[in-house]
Amino acid sequence: MDNNLQPAALSAEELRELYRLVTAVRQLDLAAIAWQRQGIIPGYAPELGQEAAQVGSAFAMDPEHDFVFPTYREMGVALTMGVDMTAYMSTHKASWHGGLYNPVQTRLAPIQAVVGGSVLHAVGWAHGQTLAGNPGVALTYFGDGASSQGDVHEAMNFAGVLKAPVIFFVQNNGWAISLPTEAQVAGGTVAARAAGYGMKAITVDGNDAAAVVLATREAAAHARAGHGPVLIEAMTYRRGPHSTSDDPGRYRSLAEERRDEGADPVQLLADRLLADGIADDAFLDTALQDAKTNADAVREGVMALGPRPGREMFDFVFAEPTEALKAQARAWREESEHV
Amino acid sequence: MQAALNRALAETLAEDPRAVVLGEDVGRLGGVFRITDGLQQRFGADRVFDTPLAESGILGMSVGLAMAGFHPIPEVQFDGFAYPAVNQIVTQLARMNYRSRGTMPMPVTLRVPSFGGIRAPEHHGESLEALFAHVPGLKVVSPSSPHEAYHLLKHAAAVPDPVIFMEPKSRYWQKGDVFLDDAGPMEGAKVVRPGKHVTLVAWGAMVARCLSVAELAAEDGIEVEVLDLRWLKPIDAEGLAASVARTRRAVVVHEAPLTSGLGAEVAALITERCFDTLRAPVGRVTGFDVPYPSGDLEDEYIPNIDRILFGIQRVLEYRRG
Repeated sequence: MDNNLQPAALSAEELRELYRLVTAVRQLDLAAIAWQRQGIIPGYAPELGQEAAQVGSAFAMDPEHDFVFPTYREMGVALTMGVDMTAYMSTHKASWHGGLYNPVQTRLAPIQAVVGGSVLHAVGWAHGQTLAGNPGVALTYFGDGASSQGDVHEAMNFAGVLKAPVIFFVQNNGWAISLPTEAQVAGGTVAARAAGYGMKAITVDGNDAAAVVLATREAAAHARAGHGPVLIEAMTYRRGPHSTSDDPGRYRSLAEERRDEGADPVQLLADRLLADGIADDAFLDTALQDAKTNADAVREGVMALGPRPGREMFDFVFAEPTEALKAQARAWREESEHV
Repeated sequence: MQAALNRALAETLAEDPRAVVLGEDVGRLGGVFRITDGLQQRFGADRVFDTPLAESGILGMSVGLAMAGFHPIPEVQFDGFAYPAVNQIVTQLARMNYRSRGTMPMPVTLRVPSFGGIRAPEHHGESLEALFAHVPGLKVVSPSSPHEAYHLLKHAAAVPDPVIFMEPKSRYWQKGDVFLDDAGPMEGAKVVRPGKHVTLVAWGAMVARCLSVAELAAEDGIEVEVLDLRWLKPIDAEGLAASVARTRRAVVVHEAPLTSGLGAEVAALITERCFDTLRAPVGRVTGFDVPYPSGDLEDEYIPNIDRILFGIQRVLEYRRG
């Protein structure tokens, strides 16, 4: 294993930026849950407690060369990558599968709900970088639940064999909806599996944004240097429900939540910034106000999203549409009032 | 047909620098049917590469390669082994263009050695066309001759959408002319034998069988038109209608089980367009609603010449009321 990849520690400005980002993610996440309760969006997948894992990992990527493959719970990744958050949130408004953002321009693959489905895509994309002689690294997210999927094992094996520049980023939040990690992951950790695929593994405190940045930078350097894939297991805790339709009270108690949730990632970073003299209370207040302002702006954007024009249903099925589909679109237009 | 497919792949790799061939044993071995024979030696292990044994992995990786701008031509070794890849084909490959609002097209040509007729064990002979044709976002094509195999594979590899390319494995060693400079139209169905009494609609290996049937029927004065459907999605409804408008009778022949097979789709398309001219309900001669049988029972399952002749007789002798 190459031990000369320890990246430099984060600068004060990087730490402040991390704090702005985790705070923005926290506020937008809380806001989105409220929007669901208010009927603005039909559903949402909260990520309370995973802000540092998401922001820290995405923060480490090179948006010019790298590409990111999210699940449906990577709002913090999207925000960190600078994706238009109204376009991102449109997927939770049920405007369009995959979201209304442009995945090619933003370097963030479309959102999709098949657990583990996109992990193989990251391997294919990453191998494509090797074939093309590009320096890009693929970062793919999945959870402890998805680690049970056959596609994830196939992806790790393919990547190990091909030495594909992929980072398998596991957010182990302790729960796959109602099933705890110990009933989901044989062997106790996902990171332990990396050895079986000939792959470097890093276990990191997923509540510590700075540590996640460093781990991901180290993994990216390793992959970019042609040493093959890396598995990062970020230990987090899903503080809220799996989705806005979930009821965690059926499978865990509040006492258990308090016992297991660990340090709050946003508070942890705030404490560190204050202790190190990198930020003061005024900075933290400003970050919070900016985050709330941002969440309000996204709310306005989401509320302003009208229904999609019906013809779009037919527009993107094929790059080269068939005559049969064109005929169906014409028939729909004739038979429908929504012209 | 094997040589025609091999040549089509070689020319695609030579002409399209984004094309890559991947799958189990496609490299050093040249594929279990030798369709990729010599391609790795000629184009290198970056363009033609062996993958670990995992069909979902092959298809999922192809999706990612397409996202990276490549034109993957994956192979699954046998049709029955496409089932482990169905999740990636249906939930990912077929939907990525839609999901990404057209920004991530999927120019992926999946080669599937298909259908029966080689006395293979379970899962080495299946007819998956209805399964794939039913999925929005996929196109499905099956060649019936070396000429069609060569041109349709080159064409499929140039289509910007996912194409399931169903190679009739019982015809791999069939000889036949390939007219390199005269492809003919690559879209739609093709009349491979004109006739005036009944149209036999078939694809893949069944086309040759229907041509044999037409020869025999001609001895009894029955002029059978054989229509090679070729594209199973999109189906050439106009080509179907044009043929049946002439013959006024149709029988569709396929190896797949009867129920919810493509024969039902063909029959519906013909009925919608030719109801007034039809002189009999559209007939179907197909496999049965049983798992594709092992070699010993294959001949009982796959539509044979006698069953097809009976099918023709039924529509010719149909009397209203």
